Amino acid sequence: MFRTAFLMLGALTVVTGLIYPLAVTGLAGVLFPFQARGSLTIENGRVAGSELIGRQFDDPKYFWPRPSATPDFPYNAGASSGSNYGPRHPGLRKAMDERRRALREADPDNAAPIPIDLLTASGSGLDPHISPEASLWQAPRIARLRRMEIGAVRALIAAHTRPRQLGFLGEPVVNVAALNRALDGKLSKPVHLGLKLVY
Amino acid sequence: MTGNDLLQIAVYMAVLLAAVKPLGAYMAAVYEGRSNRAPERWLYRLAGVNPGASMTWKQYSGALLLLNALGLLAVYALLRLQHLLPWNPQAQGAVAPYTAFNIAVSFATNTNWQNYGGETTLGYFAQMLGLTVQNFVSAATGMAVLAALARGLSSRGGGIGNFWVDLVRSVVYILLPLSIVLALLLVSQGVIQNLDPYVPAAGAAQTLPMGPAASQVAIKQLGTNGGGFFNVNSSHPFENPTPLSNFAEMLAILLIPAALCYTFGRMVDDRRQGWALLAAMLVLFVPLVFAVVRAEQGNMEGKEVRFGTANSALWAAATTAASNGSVNSMHDSFTAAGGLVPMFLMQLGEVVFGGVGSGLYGMIVFAIIAVFLAGLMVGRTPEYLGKKIEAFEMKMASIAVLVPPLCVLVGTAVAAAAPMGLAGLHNRGPHGFSEILYAFSSMGNNNGSAFAGYGADNPLVNLAGGLAMLLARYWVAVPALALAGAFSRKKSVPPGPGTLPTHTPLFVLLLAGTVLVVGALAFIPALALGPIVEALR
Repeated sequence: MFRTAFLMLGALTVVTGLIYPLAVTGLAGVLFPFQARGSLTIENGRVAGSELIGRQFDDPKYFWPRPSATPDFPYNAGASSGSNYGPRHPGLRKAMDERRRALREADPDNAAPIPIDLLTASGSGLDPHISPEASLWQAPRIARLRRMEIGAVRALIAAHTRPRQLGFLGEPVVNVAALNRALDGKLSKPVHLGLKLVY
Repeated sequence: MTGNDLLQIAVYMAVLLAAVKPLGAYMAAVYEGRSNRAPERWLYRLAGVNPGASMTWKQYSGALLLLNALGLLAVYALLRLQHLLPWNPQAQGAVAPYTAFNIAVSFATNTNWQNYGGETTLGYFAQMLGLTVQNFVSAATGMAVLAALARGLSSRGGGIGNFWVDLVRSVVYILLPLSIVLALLLVSQGVIQNLDPYVPAAGAAQTLPMGPAASQVAIKQLGTNGGGFFNVNSSHPFENPTPLSNFAEMLAILLIPAALCYTFGRMVDDRRQGWALLAAMLVLFVPLVFAVVRAEQGNMEGKEVRFGTANSALWAAATTAASNGSVNSMHDSFTAAGGLVPMFLMQLGEVVFGGVGSGLYGMIVFAIIAVFLAGLMVGRTPEYLGKKIEAFEMKMASIAVLVPPLCVLVGTAVAAAAPMGLAGLHNRGPHGFSEILYAFSSMGNNNGSAFAGYGADNPLVNLAGGLAMLLARYWVAVPALALAGAFSRKKSVPPGPGTLPTHTPLFVLLLAGTVLVVGALAFIPALALGPIVEALR
């Protein structure tokens, strides 16, 4: 029995721990090479980031992403993490108040209520998206600081808003890094080599 | 709740239920198949298995325990030695002993509780040959026990089967093909799958983690394992990048547990019995889905924009109804009422869908108890599927039902009384108590999700939790096999006028009620100190 168990574990280790992941790696590399390696965006010949991983923008001339609770610095992709604050944790109230103040200070004339995703940290700390409402809320600030027509900013947001996938799945989103790239006039689309279902 | 929220829930349930019959019938054919095809035969020949030999329940349990023990040791060794192994481009160091013990137990028992962050702790070799392997083996172990119990309850006779055959068939014909399809679908959406070193990203001043994630994510969802490749599990954009990947992963959580109900019906030659068990699960599941979706409306702390609150809450219900334990949002940041639902779903004993195989054999144990209760009420001799329920069967059923709550409550009490258990608290007051209660509800029912703020990586929680995971897994699986053995020796009695039919709506409600009452009696006092008092403040 011991011999059988030992050999069976060994055989299953080879099948499920070696052949299976390596076969999937091989197939994925052929069918979806772009996605399999992290949906990387290349700028000036260097990896600038990943389409899927959010990044920090502090400059008020750019759209701000969601707050991030990753350790050491926001959007630390090497250590994904949420805040894990319960709804009554004093740290949550304090953090939300600070974020509210920063958003108001950067745009004192904007009296509209701040969308909730700009006040709360995501679960991953790497959320690349904000809601269309959260981007529209920031439009007046962007327009003022960049001396743009607000209509042009809103049009840019509309062009970067992705509707629900297949029409009903998930929520509409705006990719903050892509939107900011467009603000700078860098419309460099990442190079897609594989198939990608619409989203 | 918006119309689109309702639509998403409705489509999810519809697709899930539509898959029950075809997949369930296929799995029944796998377990009932008489001939052994090529890949299966090679494995038997290699390991010296005689696939035709039926086992007694003691032999079956022995083989199961031995394989799981060896798997546990293998994972422990791989974690302790990972600094010497290949495919470790980040040069992750050896995992500390208590941590490695907890991880090894966790993955061998299909719990996949994680006291570590994947991208900061593990190399690819340990992820693949240690954790991915146990994802398959532990899932197949649960499915094998269910197949044995179904054979024991069947009127056909002929023993409870052979553990090695059930194990190999579950892996080769069910888990592997589904995993390959799901893994590729996930890569198409952006889940990564490579062996590259981490990528420095200049523009964002970030280091992007890499690795063979999709192959592990697929099986962790399908096998109700739940252990994430990355620290934040399926809220990580590399693990769950789009609403479609989210839908597929969420479907995979409940797919096999739901379909096994149909498989069971086929194997006992009465499909109505399988549908009745599934109906009892749905009676408990659907109201709790709506409760948590409602409670989480507007709460975006710990949630991703692409999923929104509805998909986050639906996932929370599915992952804790099944003993999956993967998360796409941080349960620690749920509202008091929203956090209560996943906690309670685990405390019901992981029988509302539950783990692959283990959820259904747990539910069958509850059916035996429900039949017994009904028998007491009206003075009938209790029987289930034509098999008389006597003292030995009730003893085994009671052990299987009582051990998990015991692990949860004793573990919670120990951690809540010990300085080391309290040191890891992230939230204070009732929410802090909830962190401990959630941790042991999760480990003591082999779920694996967490109120993740709780710093559980210390010797006390690692040891107590490891023990809870072992007891909750094997003190249910072995009694279930004992039941299988006892039933297989009993003659099947044709139903008489005094027989309680177990496929009617009346029985479905009785069964759901039994699960609910046992769970409520065990846990309402503890819940009152955590989420209930938090909600009332």
